[in-house]
Amino acid sequence: MSQSLPQSTLEAAGSPPAGTDRSVEAYRWMVLARVFEDKIAALYRAGKIVGGVYLGRGQEAFSASLGMQLDRARGDVFCGLIRDQAGRMAFGEPLIDSARTYLGSAEGPMRGRDGNIHRGRPSKGMPAMISHLGAMIPVVNGMLMALRHRKAQGVAGGVTIGDGGTSTGAFHEALNQAAVEKLPLVLAVANNQYAYSTPVSEQFACDDLADRAAGYGVRGYSIDGTDLDACLSAFTEAIARARAGEGPQMVVGKLLRLAGHGEHDDARYIPESKRSEPHGGDCLALARAKILAEGRAGAEAVAEIEKSAQERVEEAVARAQSEPAPNPYRESWHALATKHLSEGTTEV
Amino acid sequence: MPVTYLDAIREAQAKALAEDDRVFIYGQDVAEFGGAFKATKGLADRFPGRVVNSPISEDAIVGAAIGAAIEGMRPIVEMQFADFSSLAFNQIVNQSATHFWRTGVPCPITIRLPSGGTEGSGPFHSQSVESIYAHYPGLIVLTPATVEDAYSMLLEAIRIDDPVIFCEHKFLYYHLKADALPAVSLPVGKARIARFGRHATIVAYSAMVHEALRAAREMAEEGWEIEVVDLRSAKPIDTDTILASVARTGRLLCVGESFPWGGLTAEVISRVVGEGFHLLDAPPKRLNSKDTPIPYHPNLWRVHRPTWQAIAAATRNLLRL
Ligand SMILES: Cc1ncc(C[n+]2csc(CCOP(=O)(O)OP(=O)(O)O)c2C)c(N)n1
Ligand SMILES: [Mg+2]
Repeated sequence: MSQSLPQSTLEAAGSPPAGTDRSVEAYRWMVLARVFEDKIAALYRAGKIVGGVYLGRGQEAFSASLGMQLDRARGDVFCGLIRDQAGRMAFGEPLIDSARTYLGSAEGPMRGRDGNIHRGRPSKGMPAMISHLGAMIPVVNGMLMALRHRKAQGVAGGVTIGDGGTSTGAFHEALNQAAVEKLPLVLAVANNQYAYSTPVSEQFACDDLADRAAGYGVRGYSIDGTDLDACLSAFTEAIARARAGEGPQMVVGKLLRLAGHGEHDDARYIPESKRSEPHGGDCLALARAKILAEGRAGAEAVAEIEKSAQERVEEAVARAQSEPAPNPYRESWHALATKHLSEGTTEV
Repeated sequence: MPVTYLDAIREAQAKALAEDDRVFIYGQDVAEFGGAFKATKGLADRFPGRVVNSPISEDAIVGAAIGAAIEGMRPIVEMQFADFSSLAFNQIVNQSATHFWRTGVPCPITIRLPSGGTEGSGPFHSQSVESIYAHYPGLIVLTPATVEDAYSMLLEAIRIDDPVIFCEHKFLYYHLKADALPAVSLPVGKARIARFGRHATIVAYSAMVHEALRAAREMAEEGWEIEVVDLRSAKPIDTDTILASVARTGRLLCVGESFPWGGLTAEVISRVVGEGFHLLDAPPKRLNSKDTPIPYHPNLWRVHRPTWQAIAAATRNLLRL
C-alpha cells in the first residue's frame, strides 16, 4: 500500500515563484538532478544499489531545457534516456519515482521489475525506455501519431539520444519516419563526445551531427550544450516550430560526459585535457556563475535552491529506503494484460 | 595462475588471431578499451588493426562480418550484450544462416553473445537467446559451461565453416576458474557427463550446469545419485549421450535459464520421448525461467530463474513419480 507522502516529495515541479527567470528555473532542475545523482552514485559505491548507475553529469542544462519547456498539460510527451535525470524531472517525473526505482522499492512505478534509469509513466507522457539505443524515437513518433489522430492541437514530443545512438538503424528509420509524417518531434542529440569508450571519430564521419538533419528534411540546430541560455533558446524555437506544424526538429548539443559511462567505469580513456577544450565545461557551474554575475538571482536565492535540493533528495531517498522490497511470493508472474491467456509455465 | 572463463575467451581469441591471419574482431568498444567485459583486453595492442571498434550498429556489424566472411575472412563479432543481437537478427538468421544453403559458399562467422542473468541486470541485459537462434537452420549454437569449453569451443567455433552463435555466460566470466587452459578437449557437438549417477539425469547447459551440480551434491547427502549431463552445444544436440544417460537412470529433468515456452529444454525432452520412451520410468520434466521478462530486483530475479534449490526440488518431485 502506498502511504501518503509529504507534498514536497510528491510534487513534480513545485512551480517557481512568479517572475522567476527561466534560467533560474532550469538551474533548479539541474541542481536537483546533480544532487540526486551524486547521492545515487554514493549509494552505489556503498553497495546499496544493484545494477548500473549512469549519470547525466555535464548534460543537465541540455536535458532540463527540453524537459522544462514541454508541457504535459497540453498533451506533450517526453522520453529521456540514461542521462536525462534533469529533463525527466523538469518534465514532471516525481523525484520519488527516481529514488524508488534506484532503490528497488516495490512502491515505485516499475515495482522492482525494472530498475535504475529504466523507468517511466507512459500514461503520463513518459514512456519507459528500453536499453536498446534508438528504440524510443519511433515510439515517441507513434505517441505523436496517436495524439494527431485524437486531434490534439499544438502538441510536441521530446526524445533524447546520444552521439553513439545516432548510429543505430532505429535512429535513421525513425527520423525519416517523423519527417515523412511531419510529426512535431523534437529530437535532442547529446553529443558528449563518447559512446562508452568510443570517441565520436570512430562513430560518425560528418563534421557535425546537425548536418544530417537536412538529409532527412528536418531542421537542425547545433549548439553549445554546456551553455544553459543557448540550450533554452534552441529548444524554445524547436518546440515552437514543432508545435506550429513545421515537422521534426533535431537539436544537437555539444558537451562532454563528466562521468564514467557508468559508475563502474573510471573513464581513463577520456584525456583530462578534454575538460578545458570547448564544450568541456560543467554546465552547472557555468550557469551558476552567469546567474549570479548577471543578477538573475541573488546569492541567497541560489543557496536556497541548493539547500532545498539537498533536503528534497535526502527526504526522497530516506523514504524509498524505508519502503518494502518486492516480495517474489506475492508477485503476479504474468506478462500479459490478458490474464486468462497467460500461461506462466515454469515446470512442465 | 588460475584462468577464468573470461580469460579463456580472451586467450582463445588471441590464439586464433595469432594462428590465422584471416581472423579479426569487430564490435563496440572492443579495441583499446578491451570490450565491456574485457574479453578483448590487450588484443588490439598485440594485433594492430585486427581488433576494430564499430559504431553502435548491430545490423551493420553482422552484415559486414558476413560480407568479410564470404570474401575469405574469419570474423569474430562481439555483441556488447546478447540482448542487443535482436538488432542483428535479420543478418544472422536470414543472411548468415541461409548463405551456404543458397549459394554453396560458406559463411564462417562467430558471434559472441555475453548471455544470461546476473543480479540487477534487468530485462535487457540478462537474456539467454540460444533457443531463438537454434531454431534456424544453418546456425550452430554453443553454450559452454566450463573454462575449458569456453576456450576450446571458441577456438573450434572460429575454425568452423558455418556461422556459430557463441553464448558465453556473464555470470561465469569472473567466478569460474580452472588451473590451466586445456590441451585436449571434446569436440563441438558432444555432450559431457559432468557427474555420474543412477537415480535421475539432469540435462543442463551453460550456467545451469553449475546449479544442477550443486543440486546433485546436496541430494547426495540424502542418498540420491544424480547424473548431470552438460549439453555443451545447443545445436547440434548430442541426443546419444542424453539417451545413454537416461537408459542408466530412467528419469530426466532438463534445465534451462531461458523462457519456458518451447526452446532447447523442450527439444531435448521431445527427442528423448520420441527415441527413448521405453527408457523412461517417469514422465520427463523440464525447468526454465518464469514466463515473464527478466526482473531487475534481486528478490524477483532469484525466483525467476532456476536455482539449485529449485532444481533440487524439481528433481525430488521427479523421483517421487
Ligand atoms: C542497440 C544497442 N547496442 C548497444 C548498447 C550498449 N550501450 C549502452 S550505452 C552505450 C553507449 C551509448 O553512447 P551514446 O549514445 O553516445 O550515449 P551516452 O552514453 O554517451 O549518453 C552502449 C554501446 C545498447 N544499449 N543498445
Ligand atoms: Mg555519447
